[in-house]
Amino acid sequence: MKVIKYAIILILIGLICGCNSTGDRFVLKSKFQSKDSITITFAGAVDDQWAKNKDNFIVYEEPDPDIRLIIKDVLLSPDKKSVEIFFAEPINKTVPHCLKLKDISSDGKSQGTHDITVKKFYFGNLINILVLTMLVQNIIFVKYLGLCIYLGISRKRAAAIGMGFTFTIVSFFSSIMIWFVYQKILIPFHINFIQIIVFVGLISLTVQFVDTILRKVNPVLFKEFGIYLVLVVSNCAMLAIPLLIAANNYDLFESIMVSLGGGLGFLLALFLMSCVQERLSLSPIPPSFKGMPAAFIMTGLFCLAFMGFSGMALF
Amino acid sequence: MAIQQKTNKEIFLNGIFNENPIFRLALSMCPAVAITTNLLNGILMGVSVIFVQICANSTIALLKDYIHPRVRLPIYSLTLATYVTVIDLILSAYFPVAYGALGLFIKLIVVFTFITMRLDVFARKNTVFPTFLDAMGMGLGFLWGMMVIGGVRELLGSGTLLGYDILGFKPMLFFVLPASGFFIIGFMMAIFNYTERIYKEKQSKRRIPA
Repeated sequence: MKVIKYAIILILIGLICGCNSTGDRFVLKSKFQSKDSITITFAGAVDDQWAKNKDNFIVYEEPDPDIRLIIKDVLLSPDKKSVEIFFAEPINKTVPHCLKLKDISSDGKSQGTHDITVKKFYFGNLINILVLTMLVQNIIFVKYLGLCIYLGISRKRAAAIGMGFTFTIVSFFSSIMIWFVYQKILIPFHINFIQIIVFVGLISLTVQFVDTILRKVNPVLFKEFGIYLVLVVSNCAMLAIPLLIAANNYDLFESIMVSLGGGLGFLLALFLMSCVQERLSLSPIPPSFKGMPAAFIMTGLFCLAFMGFSGMALF
Repeated sequence: MAIQQKTNKEIFLNGIFNENPIFRLALSMCPAVAITTNLLNGILMGVSVIFVQICANSTIALLKDYIHPRVRLPIYSLTLATYVTVIDLILSAYFPVAYGALGLFIKLIVVFTFITMRLDVFARKNTVFPTFLDAMGMGLGFLWGMMVIGGVRELLGSGTLLGYDILGFKPMLFFVLPASGFFIIGFMMAIFNYTERIYKEKQSKRRIPA
């Protein structure tokens, strides 16, 4: 039991460290106000003249920094602590926006240039990412990853559920660990080109870690899920989740949501397919199509069904 | 040393036909479905797999006496990861457009099951030259499969091959969609099974009178 306590403490410390996402002292809050404006709240009062000058604000969408948004008007609140920036066109709230505030002057003193990122309402954003990775970007039916395991395991329903749960647990722990190693070690030292080697190593380490803990804590569960743990290591979906997290530069909570969403999506896909396979084994299909070909065509039909989710967003 | 049962030619052809990674073993299907929307992607993917497989297989064949069997799987992963990093950096520098579509799957060559399988089944027990031939055959088998799927999809989906207009019209736009990869592979496997069944029936008929 001691091992679990230490693990939980370590994870909690990690979560607390990861919370401090902006790290900016003077800019307190920034959010999308209406469909064409962004509000920024400062720690102190800012000067009228600074706020009136539109050139002090540079705003762009995170994916394309070259396209600057056109600012129509800047409004300073009566207590001078918050600024509302109006744009000429409605803004796309699904994309994070980067703001550059040049030489903020407060009571005549310069506070320096600040770079901040505006994202959607945070909790809603997290739920959105969870649903997005589970259904809209389903790891098997939309991204086409982890097919070896998917075709191999999905013959029995019990095995499919076991594999799905094991995958979710391992992906949860490994993406927490990988997020820390990537953001705190690989990026600061500019060695992110060896990310593949590091990620593969860390995933094997996580599998070993889950294996050891499960064996000691719950031998019954281990007997049931133990064999799937080995399979998880050589699964391309398992490696793809950290690679996606690294490529999109998610923060800690977003990465956790991506890993959970990916795992649950995998579970859903395996469960659906195992139900179909059990029916298929009893139905009369042409002998040339028996086995793999029929499974492939069924998967194709599932893919077409999952295309219906594309473009869905909750918040 | 393992006993040499097969000739070099048999080793080489094994990967191309008998144990074709895509149509026979049905391993590493992810890239075969996801990125074969045109022929060029298929060729690039196949060539990078050949490179990684030849280098990794030769390395393991050279170092096999120094690798303890209990830690062999992590060592395979690390060897593969090294070569994959090389090909990843090369492709991102020379083929930036195609890399946008291929990038994730190039990185995922590390966990391709059939490469690891060849390392464990073949490279561990043989000398460098047969291993090289085996890797070459397996890689060419993969490249061949990717090219067939990519070619069929590009021809039927957009009426072109490698970007050149062949048909002049677009027969079925459906085949450009990623989901169609499953249908193509499913039907191809069915054709493989069908021809094999017919062939075996003919053989058995020939045997009975004799």
